[in-house]
Amino acid sequence: MAIKVHGALFSTCTARVLICLCEKGLDYELLPIDMVAGAHKQQPFRSLNPFGEIPAFEDGEVSLFESRAINRYLARKHKDIGTDLLLSNSFTQSALVETWMEVEAHKFDSPSSVILRQIIVIPKYGKAPDQQVIETEMEKLGKVLDVYEERLSKSKYLAGENYSLADLHHIPPLVYFMKTSKANAITSRPHVSAWWNDISLRPATVKISATMSLL
Amino acid sequence: MAAIKVHGSPLSTNTLRVLATVYEKELDHEFVLVDMSAGEHKKEHFLSTHNPFGQVPALEHGDLKHFESRAITKYAAYEFANKGTQLIHQDSKKMAITLVGMEVEAQQYDPVASKLVWELGIKPLVGMVTDKAIVEENEAKLAKVLDVYESRLAQSKYLGGDCFTLADLHHLPTLHYLFGTQVKKLFDSRPHVSAWVADITARPAWLKVLALQSQQ
Repeated sequence: MAIKVHGALFSTCTARVLICLCEKGLDYELLPIDMVAGAHKQQPFRSLNPFGEIPAFEDGEVSLFESRAINRYLARKHKDIGTDLLLSNSFTQSALVETWMEVEAHKFDSPSSVILRQIIVIPKYGKAPDQQVIETEMEKLGKVLDVYEERLSKSKYLAGENYSLADLHHIPPLVYFMKTSKANAITSRPHVSAWWNDISLRPATVKISATMSLL
Repeated sequence: MAAIKVHGSPLSTNTLRVLATVYEKELDHEFVLVDMSAGEHKKEHFLSTHNPFGQVPALEHGDLKHFESRAITKYAAYEFANKGTQLIHQDSKKMAITLVGMEVEAQQYDPVASKLVWELGIKPLVGMVTDKAIVEENEAKLAKVLDVYESRLAQSKYLGGDCFTLADLHHLPTLHYLFGTQVKKLFDSRPHVSAWVADITARPAWLKVLALQSQQ
C-alpha cells in the first residue's frame, strides 16, 4: 500500500494523522513502532525521523515526519477527495485555517501536553503528578480557552463556518483530556463545549478515538 | 493591490519573520509600530482588531486581518506566489519537504532557540539576570537539533531542498539574535550549518529587514 504510517495507536501525534487520513477516505497501513523497546530512537526508524519521534509517514517515494506537516501535505495533495481540510477554494479561508493551526501548535499544545503528561503518563511510571505544574498549566490553558470561547461564539468552527485541520489538530489530546478530572475546562465554556461535541462525533473522530488506548 | 500593513515591533523575532517574507516577496507595505512598552498590544483595540492573544505581529491586507507569524508567511507565499522569491513549492513532493522543514523549525528548533534568545539576547537588554541553568539546558538541546540539521544540510543546500524557502526563512530572526551571543559557537562548529547560516543571512531581503530594525 502506498501510504504507510509508522507510529502507535495510543500516540496523540499518530492519531492526528490517522484522523486526517480517515477524513480524506484514504487507505493506509499502520506499522506499529515498539516504543517500549526504544525502536523510535534507533535505525531503521531514525532514517524516517531523525528526531526519533512518532509518527513517520511514507507515500510512495515521499517520506515525511511532524504530524502537522503530514496533514498539510495530505490536505493539499488530495484537496479534491473527502473533506476539504484546508478550505482550499479561498486563500482567505485557507489563511484562517493556517492561523488557527498555528494557535493550536503554539498556544494550545504546550499546556495541554504538559497536563496530560502529569495526569496520565507520569502515574504509569509510579510517580505522583506535580500539582503545582498542573495548576500553572491549567491557568495558561484557561486563558487560551477563553479566547476560543469568544472565537467560537462568532463562528461554528475555529477557521469559520467549515470544519478544517485547525479543529482536527485539537482532537487527539482532547480525547484524553475529556476523560480526566480537568474536563470541566471544556464543559464549562458553552461554545467550546458545543464545538467539542460536534467534532468528537464526526465519523473519522469516532473511528480513530476508539483505538486510542492510553486511558 | 490592496494595502498591506504589518503591525509589530522591530525587537520582536516574530515580527521580523513576517518582514523578511514581505521583503522577499517584494511587497509594497506599511510598517505600523506597536508600542509594546506602553502595553498597546494588550489593550482592547488591538485585541479586538488584530490579535485576540495580544501578541505581535499582525497583518492587514485590505479587509483581511491575520495573526501568527508562520500563518502570515504562508499566506503571503501562496497569495503572492508569482511575485518575488518563490518561498513555497507548488509541486506536492517538494512542498512536502518544505512543510516538514517548517514544522521542525516550529516544534524542534524554535522552543529551544527562543528560550536562549530570551535569556542571552533580551534579558541583558532590559536589565534582567540571565538564568545560567536554563542556558545550559537549552544549549545542550540546541546542539542535538543542530546535529540533525548538519546531516540534513550535508545532503542539500537548504532545509527544503535546493532552493531557499520558508523552511529556511523562519529561522532568520532567532539566528540573528543567537549570533550575538555565546551560542554562536554551536553553529560555527558545524560546517554545513555554518555555511547555510552565512548564505541565508546575506540575502538582500534580510539585510533590508536589519536596516529597518536599526532605523526604528
